[in-house]
Amino acid sequence: MATYIIRRLFFMIPVLLLVALITFTLMRSAPGGPWDRDADRRQVDPITEARLNEYYGLDKPLWRQFMAYVIGDVNSKGKFVCGIVCGNFGPSYRIRGQSVQDLLFAAPENKTFWESQFGYSARLGMLALGLAILIGIPLGVIAALKQNTWVDYISLFVATAGTSMPNFVIGIFLIFIFASGLHWVSVLPDWDKPQAWILPATVLNFGTMAFTARLTRASMLEVTRQDYVRTARAKGLAERIVIVRHMIKNALIPVVTFLGPALAGLVTGSFIIETMFAFPGMGKAYVQAIGQRDYSMIMGTTMFYAFLVALANLSVDVVYVFIDPRIRLAD
Amino acid sequence: MATVSTTPNQIASLEVARPPRSLMQDAMERLFRNKAAVAGLVLIGLFMLMTVFAPLVAPQNPLKINSGKKYLPPVWIVESAAGKKSEPQFLFGTDTLGRDVFARTVYGARVSMVVGFLPTFIILLMGTVIGLVSGYMGGSVDNLLMRLTDIVYAFPDLLFFIIVMVSLRETALGRAWNGLILLFVALAIVNWTGVARIVRGQVLSIKEKEFVEAARCIGAKDMHIMFRHILPNCIGPLVVSAAFTIPGLIITEAILGYLGVGLRPSTDPTDFFITSWGALLLDGRASINAQPWILLAPTLCVALIVLAFTFLGDGLRDALDPRMRGTK
Repeated sequence: MATYIIRRLFFMIPVLLLVALITFTLMRSAPGGPWDRDADRRQVDPITEARLNEYYGLDKPLWRQFMAYVIGDVNSKGKFVCGIVCGNFGPSYRIRGQSVQDLLFAAPENKTFWESQFGYSARLGMLALGLAILIGIPLGVIAALKQNTWVDYISLFVATAGTSMPNFVIGIFLIFIFASGLHWVSVLPDWDKPQAWILPATVLNFGTMAFTARLTRASMLEVTRQDYVRTARAKGLAERIVIVRHMIKNALIPVVTFLGPALAGLVTGSFIIETMFAFPGMGKAYVQAIGQRDYSMIMGTTMFYAFLVALANLSVDVVYVFIDPRIRLAD
Repeated sequence: MATVSTTPNQIASLEVARPPRSLMQDAMERLFRNKAAVAGLVLIGLFMLMTVFAPLVAPQNPLKINSGKKYLPPVWIVESAAGKKSEPQFLFGTDTLGRDVFARTVYGARVSMVVGFLPTFIILLMGTVIGLVSGYMGGSVDNLLMRLTDIVYAFPDLLFFIIVMVSLRETALGRAWNGLILLFVALAIVNWTGVARIVRGQVLSIKEKEFVEAARCIGAKDMHIMFRHILPNCIGPLVVSAAFTIPGLIITEAILGYLGVGLRPSTDPTDFFITSWGALLLDGRASINAQPWILLAPTLCVALIVLAFTFLGDGLRDALDPRMRGTK
């Protein structure tokens, strides 16, 4: 087991290195550099530019810059500065004096970590995941238990619509109804109030919730036909115990493995929703960075997202082994 | 092979004749019996006609700036909060510059259709070849190609599209077709992995079948076996995955457009691709408080086309499943 996890962790390295290489190459080929102030097309004079390049190590050969970006390099003062492996994503190109990791993870004054950009996104993602689990799993279980009744058909319809509809479409419709039509919520709410989170969390969780419901339903129907369920019924267990202890417990195995990637997807895939609701999270900052062409911010966030996704993919396989005794991994 | 297949036909001719039916014929019949799939197919057909005959569907010029008629509400709202009255020739109202929203939506469908179909073709081609070679050759080739697939699969795709679109925007590739070509390339590079995995899985089971062994016995070359014997047996899953790839690509285009890194909206009337649904969503987002109806038409279109392809895909999956053969 430990060997397997270690091997999988090692496999993350080439993936992340490739992500770093691609993002770095594209960052360098993108038009404009850190010292351009494109608003009024003022140019930095050559001497200052050379100084700045020297200070940030941009005068070095490209391969060395890449090494500095990933592992680290000795800076102009002879001090070793660690790269992405230590969580240093480099300086932001638009906001002087701020590093990308400060912008993403540093909390504002007198606030906790949860008030940072990533903190906001993480909270929204977890809230959406919680909603998806609390609604999706019961919906799937009930649909499977009442197979081919109207309950089943309604939940299947919701699930199909939810998995095929992109979440920004649902978001726009909800804004139409609740913000523009009924004026129940403001389009620019106060995020310290819990009710402000209802709409974005609903929109964000909808696809995941629908997929969870579909998965649970399919898995429950599969489990119903298993021998151990028949055995449980045959030995005279109460129906409630058969359903809870024997069916649901086993039916949730594929659902649990889906939750890791689902959380990563919710945390990383929320930039449309965050932009739509003007939510002060990492996704909105990312979209803003795209608009401002803040390349180091774009690349840094991408690397962090890629890391989260890789971690989530790993968690699936590991969790699988823990909850399903039938699965053994080849060490 | 051809000489062998005549014998069962001769036997069949002696028995009570039931016309021989292929899996495809069965599948077509099952597909057309599925109401949701047919509805999806009809809707897709309508959208296609709309893209081809856009000038007839929308008589207004999508690029014409009606300077005195900005922010007109759609026809079902008589007067907007700002006191603007709707006009019958602008069905869905006008946008920030006074351009007809209905015409822009109709012309925007062109991009979505092309984005749906062209990259899917490339994706199927890449995925099929890689999956076939990987599954058939096995060994170290398989290992290498599958590790490559794993790496590409692990790459967060939306982020990759964004980075590619942002960094290569100003290059020659990024300018071609208002940035559409670059979008195609980016979409194809990432999305082939799913197809490759499906094809590989199919190949692994098919290559152990007797007819492949027979083909090898009569001295067929590897290429011949791969493309003539194995590939036709993968068509079913390929068609299904294509039907699910297309709406995914349409959504991706809309998302990228919404983020402002998709197609560049054109002001040149000679361009074929003037605007896209994603670009319209971006326009609508800017004025979501005052003129929310600008968002309505592109959103509805994305929703409808995605649902249509999903219904078609579900129908195809059921129809092409050989286990469904003979079911009504």
